[in-house]
Amino acid sequence: MTSSTAEVAARPKSATTAPTRKLTLPLRWISPVALVLLWQLASSTGVLSPDKLASPLTVAETAGELIADGQLGEAFAVSITRVFFGFLIGGFTGVALGLVSGLSRWGETLLDPPVQMLRTLPHLGLIPLFILWFGIGEEPKLALVAAGVAFPLYLNLHAGIRQTDPGLVEAARVLGYSRFERVVHVVLPSAVPQTLVGLRIALGTAWLSLIVGEQVNADAGLGFLINNAREFLRTDVVVVGLVVYALLGLTTDALVRLLERKVLRWQKR
Amino acid sequence: MAKAVSVRGLHKAFGARTVLDGIDLEVEPGEFVALLGRSGCGKSTLLRILAGLDREVRGAARVPGKVSIAFQQPRLLPWRKVWRNIALGLHRPDGRAVALRALQEVRLPGHADAWPLTLSGGEAQRVSLARALVREPDVLLLDEPFGALDALTRLAMHHLVEDLWTRHKPAVLLVTHDVDEALLLADRILVLDEGRIVATHHVDLPRPRRRASVVEQRTRVLADLGVEVEEAA
Repeated sequence: MTSSTAEVAARPKSATTAPTRKLTLPLRWISPVALVLLWQLASSTGVLSPDKLASPLTVAETAGELIADGQLGEAFAVSITRVFFGFLIGGFTGVALGLVSGLSRWGETLLDPPVQMLRTLPHLGLIPLFILWFGIGEEPKLALVAAGVAFPLYLNLHAGIRQTDPGLVEAARVLGYSRFERVVHVVLPSAVPQTLVGLRIALGTAWLSLIVGEQVNADAGLGFLINNAREFLRTDVVVVGLVVYALLGLTTDALVRLLERKVLRWQKR
Repeated sequence: MAKAVSVRGLHKAFGARTVLDGIDLEVEPGEFVALLGRSGCGKSTLLRILAGLDREVRGAARVPGKVSIAFQQPRLLPWRKVWRNIALGLHRPDGRAVALRALQEVRLPGHADAWPLTLSGGEAQRVSLARALVREPDVLLLDEPFGALDALTRLAMHHLVEDLWTRHKPAVLLVTHDVDEALLLADRILVLDEGRIVATHHVDLPRPRRRASVVEQRTRVLADLGVEVEEAA
């Protein structure tokens, strides 16, 4: 009796899912598009003053102008260079520390406690110190990005290495793998999925750190473009800058997903 | 000839709990020995010690030759293709060729470039056997390698193991709690209970053995395990 009711209950559900799923994707665009239209309407009718928020059309026009006169491209290049080098420094530090503390007992004993303590600090709160240490040039911005990247990479790499299935390590030992082979073929590959999670978090934090870092006395880059625009009440430029930030974040996230699919192709899907 | 395995007065305790309580054991080269017992009787611990995975013991356990092992779980590296799983650690330039031959032997040709997670339980266990055999071991340790397989796959695996053993003739130590399995495969069955070898049975039946031929001895081995059965004739 119960099984038949379950069947009856389940059937209409499964029958309707297939067509809805096809419809869902375009349907999900309805409300975002409506919001933009509403925004445009509010701007056009003067309900929303351009001093508070420029209209979508103005934003699009401004984007075109900023691209055409090269301002956006230049700012973009400066910002992405900051993230790149900050990420490089932080990534190297995080991975190096994670490897040492993941692979050696002494490394873990000595390194893990201080890193675990430091990670509880919100790294964006370090700006005042970074300004005192590095001044207001490029260095504090790089340092902020690097700090934001190093911790998630360290934590996830370290955790990934620690989660290695001891059964696999045992098997490798009996089967005659050298210590080096055990690390390269057993321990490190098993840490990869967790490390990729860390990489995605790290990239997210990198952009966040850049945005915050660029509020500090920047004379170039997207943050400068936005701050400068604020002085002249150019909300259109501010929105363009924000959109670029968002697109950059999305792009790097997509790149990591791509990397995941490639590197983790052994996983059953 | 030197013994493939020689164990003298082996004791092992985890804290206050004694797991192995004075084991004496010798295995001839090429001999097939089954270690039979209930869960927790110490048989897997003994195998781990022989594999060199547990060195904190009292007594002597010597395995002079090359050791190889297959576990209950295949323990393949999921991120390495099947042939690499077999060839890794061999340190041979012709690793792939060796792996392909071994796959042929365990009747899995064509799976060399598969990812381990796409294999069925039986297939993965055969890869694990191939991986153990390509090391040309003097002693092959089998830790309940058929325990997680369904009954039909297990039957096929029994034949395969016997076949491989006949061809390569390593000494085999098979840990199992399946009396029929032990009777079908082993020259000698050691019954373990509470860390001691409580009985030894020599199985002199001709190979390949059939289920019916082992029935008579089955009753006696089961009696040593404390299981009384009336065998139907």
